[in-house]
Order: sequence, then C-alpha cells, then structure tokens
Amino acid sequence: MPILHNKKANMPETFILIPGRTSDQGCGISEGKYLEKYQREINTLQVPPGDMARLGLVDGDRVRLTGEEGQVVEVNITPARKEELPEGMLFIAYGDISSRLMGGDTHGSGMPTSKGMDVVLEKITA
Amino acid sequence: MTSASTQCYAPTANVPGELKIVQDATCTFCGCVCDDIDLTVKDNHIIEAKRACVLGKAWFLNHHTDDRPSCLIDGKPATLEAGYDRAAQILTTGKYPIIYGLSDSPCEAQRVAVSIADWIKGTIDTTTSVCHGPSGMAFQGVGEVTCSLGEVANRGDMIIFWGSNPAESHPRHFTKYSLMPKGMFLPNGRKDRTCVIVDVRRTKSAKAADIFIQIKPRKDFEALWTLRALAKGIELDPELVERETGVALSVFQDLMAKMKACKFGVIFFGMGLTMTRGKHCNSEALLALTRDMNAFTRFTAKPNRGHGNVTGADNVVAWRTGYPFGVNHSRGYARFNPGEYTTSDTLANGEADSGMTIACDPMANFSQPAREHLASIPYIALDTKETPTTRAAAVAFTVATYGINTGGTVYRMDDVPIPLRPAFESPHPSDFDVLTNIEERVKKILGIT
Repeated sequence: MPILHNKKANMPETFILIPGRTSDQGCGISEGKYLEKYQREINTLQVPPGDMARLGLVDGDRVRLTGEEGQVVEVNITPARKEELPEGMLFIAYGDISSRLMGGDTHGSGMPTSKGMDVVLEKITA
Repeated sequence: MTSASTQCYAPTANVPGELKIVQDATCTFCGCVCDDIDLTVKDNHIIEAKRACVLGKAWFLNHHTDDRPSCLIDGKPATLEAGYDRAAQILTTGKYPIIYGLSDSPCEAQRVAVSIADWIKGTIDTTTSVCHGPSGMAFQGVGEVTCSLGEVANRGDMIIFWGSNPAESHPRHFTKYSLMPKGMFLPNGRKDRTCVIVDVRRTKSAKAADIFIQIKPRKDFEALWTLRALAKGIELDPELVERETGVALSVFQDLMAKMKACKFGVIFFGMGLTMTRGKHCNSEALLALTRDMNAFTRFTAKPNRGHGNVTGADNVVAWRTGYPFGVNHSRGYARFNPGEYTTSDTLANGEADSGMTIACDPMANFSQPAREHLASIPYIALDTKETPTTRAAAVAFTVATYGINTGGTVYRMDDVPIPLRPAFESPHPSDFDVLTNIEERVKKILGIT
C-alpha cells in the first residue's frame, strides 16, 4: 500500500497501526468493559504530535481508519506522549476498534495479523 | 455452591462484619501469577490487596459478586439444570463443535473441557492461539532453552525484553522477578544487571532500560537474524543492516558483545513478535538466537504470558492431547494444525457450527468475520461477568471467579504450578462445576458409561 504524502488533514494517508496493552485498558477489564474508563481507552487513537501538526489535526478530532481488507472504523484521536511513537505510526489500546481492523486470515498460524497493520487515516470533516 | 470434588479448594467461612485476612493469595490477572498478595476481606468484598500492582488491585478490589442469574437461556433466566441440558444438546448435535478460551480457568476445569472436546469429537483451542500460539509453533521447530523466574531473579545479569511492555502488561515483572531483586548471585540487584529493551515504539518500559533499541516496525525477524549472524562472526553490510532494521550495525555489535560477556542472559519476548507479520518465524528467530548464544554463555528465553492461567491451558491441553492448542478430534484422535483448527480460523472460515467459550470474549477480541459467524451459531458461554460474548450466547453461565471465589491450580508463565487461595464464596457455580455437569449430560446423550 503506497504512502500518500498529503498536506491536507482530510486527505488519506497510510500509517502503521500498533494495538497494545495499556494500564487503563488492563484495569478496565476488571472494572467493567461497559464502563467509561475502558470504553474511552479502547476508542482513542494515539497519533504522533508531529504527524498531527503536519496534518492539521487537534486533540479530539475524529478520523476514519481503513484497514488492509477494507474494514472501516471511526475513532477519536489524542496526541501520543512525547517520543513514544515515531512519525508514521499510530497506537490504540486492544479492544473493539483494533479487533475490527484485523483481517480474518491467519496465514496458517491461527493468529490474525494484529500489530503492524497498514491503515489509511483521513479526518472526518463535518 | 461447590461440588464434592472441589470442596478442598473452597474458601474459609466469613463472619459478617468481621475482617478476614487471606495471606499469600494468588493474583490471576496476568501470567506473573504473584502469590504473595495479602487480601483483607469484609462482607464478601476485598477492601485491600497488599503488594498487588495496579492491574492486580483492579482485579481484586473491583470484584463484586455479579447479581445476574447463574444461567440464562436465550437471554432469559433459567435453572442451572436446564442450562446444562441445553448446553449438552448444543454440543452433541453440531457437526463441527468448537470449545475455546480457558486461559482464565484453573487447570481442573481445563481438564474437563478437554474431556468434553474428546467425547464430542470437537475442536479445542485456547486463547494461546491469539497470543503466543506462534511461539508454540516455534517451540516445536526450534526447541526452548528455558528457566524459571526464580532463576532469573537469582542469576539473570542480562535481561532483554523484545516486543514486550511489562511496565503496562506485567507491572511487577521488574520488581519481583527480572530487574530489581537481589539474588543469590546478584547481591546488588538492579546494579548487577543490564536491561535491554527492543521495541518499535518507546513504551513506558523503555525508562527501565540501560539500552533501548528502537527497530523499524515489522523488522524483528531481520534484527534477530542480524544478531544471529554477529553471534557466528559473519561480516555484515552496515548500510544494508541500518536500511532494513533502522538501527546501526554498531548498536547490534555492541549488544552482541554484551550478550556474549554476560553470565546468565534471558530474553523475555512478547506479542510484538507473534502478532506482527512473520509471527512464528519471528519467534523461531528469537529462540534460535537464544540457542546460538549457549555456545558462549548461558542464555534462556521466556514468552511473557498475558492471562493468569494461559500457561496452564497449554500444559493441560498438551498433556491430554499431545498438542498445546488448536486440537481437532473429529477422526477420534487428536490432530494439531494452527491455521485450520484454531478458533480465529474455524469461525472466520464459517466452519464451526456450534461451540462453547470459557473465560474469554471472542465477540470483543476477534476479527469481524469471526465475530459475525460466532453470532450466527448456537454456543454456550461461561464467564464471571457480562460481556459481548455472553450477551450473544444461547446459554450463558455466570461463574465464580477463580482465585477469588474458587481454588485450584494455575501455571505461572514459567510453567511453575501455583495453588489458589480463594477469599470468599460466590453464589454462582465454578466453571469446574458447570463443565462437570455438562460433561455428565454429554456422556449420557452419547451413551458413554
């Protein structure tokens, strides 16, 4: 999937998505998956501050992610902590959104590719 | 509500209004299975969990006995007996029944689940298939040079974390096992150890590292084979190495020199390897590197395991069937084939026609094609809480929580069995009791005496 270099936030651009465990996501499993803390954590996409500035995105913006097999999800964004993510990489806590972006094929392993997935990001404009 | 066969694991009685202390209770939230937690219990609530980490505190302190019915059939309250009957009927009428989950159940319940899969000629799989299943495949190809976490605490002077973020996934890993302990051969604790973290992002764990190496995403295999080449003394093109891995050859050379010079090295690896492209090939590369290093010094590797008894699930399924996960019994004997008999595949490919999930939430964690198929077939769900999976189940059992309400045995991530010390009883049956009752009915339907 080619990387598209766009200056405008509402133009699609390809990123690599890394879903993973976070403290709040882990605690949320015990506290309740239907409670606000868990739902907020698994439904917030972390974006490198440099990419946000370049694309004109701000904390709380809503973006659309399209997965490698055409899966589409919408999610709110927040800046990643300083230096945690290199530019071109996104992070989201394990949960419903990250699972929806996994493909059904496990390539003979039993494990769907669940980290390092290509996703196309575009800002949702009102 | 405890059957005779599990009474030995029942918690001691509580006196209303009085505090009860449960010493050395076992936390089953993650694979560290810390068994030094002191619980303070009052009126069937845990009000303190001494020494527990942030995840353990959330596990213990948020445990409230769910006031849902113990059994729901098609979303409506039902008796347990009716639930057992319906469950057995579902499992015995399907042509491709699957049983999945088990990583948050004690070994005693896991053993019954394997028996049911055998009776019904079904497929049994555990959540290992979507965490370290690829590592399970790699173990069979390469072997495992391993050790206990006690050996790590007492001997490990070179600790490498690869694709793993224990600061958030296993918060006591550093302090209890791998970095901070003052061990028999490491009297100065952290000062006697070198910590290296290799990851594609600068995680919270990176702060604990003496050396942090940030490789390009999806380049773990290349980075590991670079180290294998250096271990063998093979000359490499610096430009090619940096272009492929994002890391200068000199950094790998320095790391290899330190690895060869240590006395007892350990590589803890996580799902950064198994969930990324390459999967079992990534794990194989890491295990092969570990094996190679034993030509120079003692080196071991351990997967950092997520769920409290996912390691027990591997052990129980392996000792019952010969294989650790993804096992099919349709021909009357056990066959193992990840990618075919693993649950992500049997669901996403539309093959399973009935099922039972135990202590897992595939309706939240699986791919969309897998979820859609699961929603279309009759299945039984056992869980301590309401989840997307229990909501869509034909029969949903609310079960007691292992380690808090019920006892038994779990395996720590280093394959060491640990007993559970429950705090108080639950009004709900244990998963062992539910599975035992379903097994009895399955055998009756199939005419097995």
